[in-house]
This record gives sequence, C-alpha cells and structure tokens, in this order.
Amino acid sequence: MVVTGMLETLLRSSFPDASELAVEDRTGGGDHFQVTVTSGRFDGLSLVEQHRLVYEALSEPLADGSIHELRIKTRGNA
Amino acid sequence: MSGLSEQIKEIIENEPVSVFMKGTPQLVMCGNSDRALRALRAAGAPVTAVDVLPDPQIRQELSALSGWPTIPQVFIKGELIGGADIVEELYASGELQAKLDAALGTEREPSEKTAEVAATA
Repeated sequence: MVVTGMLETLLRSSFPDASELAVEDRTGGGDHFQVTVTSGRFDGLSLVEQHRLVYEALSEPLADGSIHELRIKTRGNA
Repeated sequence: MSGLSEQIKEIIENEPVSVFMKGTPQLVMCGNSDRALRALRAAGAPVTAVDVLPDPQIRQELSALSGWPTIPQVFIKGELIGGADIVEELYASGELQAKLDAALGTEREPSEKTAEVAATA
C-alpha cells in the first residue's frame, strides 16, 4: 500500500483540480497499477498527450522500477 | 548496419503500422502487448512487430526516440498512437479503424510480420 499512497500523492499534486483520482493495485503485489484521473488539464488534449502528463507526474516511480505495469484511464472535464 | 536508434527510427517511419512489444505475435510475453496486438488485429491492421526483450537497449533507445516510457508502443506511419490502454480505447470508439483508414486506405489487408533490430558490435 506504500506505493499506492505515493502514486496518489504524486498525481494529486500534478492534478490538484481532479474530480476523480484513483490508484488501484491490480494484483495486490504493489507494482501493477490502474490509475484513473479526471481533470480539466486534459481538456483539448489527445490521449497520447493526456497519458504523457500522467507519465510525467509519475516519472520517478516509473524510472526507479516501483511501477512494473501501469494502466491509465484519463478523462477531461469538457 | 546502422546504429540501433536509426534502425528503430527506420521501422517507425517506414512500416505502415509498427508495434514494439514484449515477445512476438506468436509468443506474446506480456498482457499489455497482447491487448495492443488484439486491438490492432481486430481493426484489420497490417502489423510489423518488434520484440524489445532480446536487448534492454532496444527499449531504452525506443523510449528516448518516442518520449514514451512503457511497452508496448504502437505507431501508424511514424506517428505514436500510444500504448495498450490508448489503442484499446481508440479501437472501442472506432477511432483506431478511422486512423488506419485515413493513413492506409480502406482496402488494406490485415497481416503480421516481425522485424528485428540489434545493436552493432
């Protein structure tokens, strides 16, 4: 649960306006995650650009191997 | 033979649809690579698959080129379409088929082949 909480904190600071923000540990192993974010920051962006913002927010745990697998679901407010 | 980065770039730019994945279409080694491949098949894409597992450098060079940190990565005519989540989402909404139609025409034949890249010694 340590990593789950850390991912939530990182996402919250990158998407302070998020109306929906969830991190699910898909396997219970603490390294396969599903993140769901609904934020106005995604408005008007392509899915590639939206996911890039999530990757940026989570660049540290992605780089250091804390995240083995990441599934992303993003939505804008518009 | 040109460097690894150039070989990867050549595939991305010259193949109609390329997917950099873990394993091969015959032996997929990762659930996300499988999801991307299934969506491409369902959309009738001519797929050129590159296995990133033989050498960790392949993934490093690929991510340096694309700015995308995870595998799989799908490209249509040089444009990064995304990873498994995006490709599945675009397939479900019909946008993947529309992108393929626009880039390759509606008469395209679904197919599968593999390409290999290797670091020069």
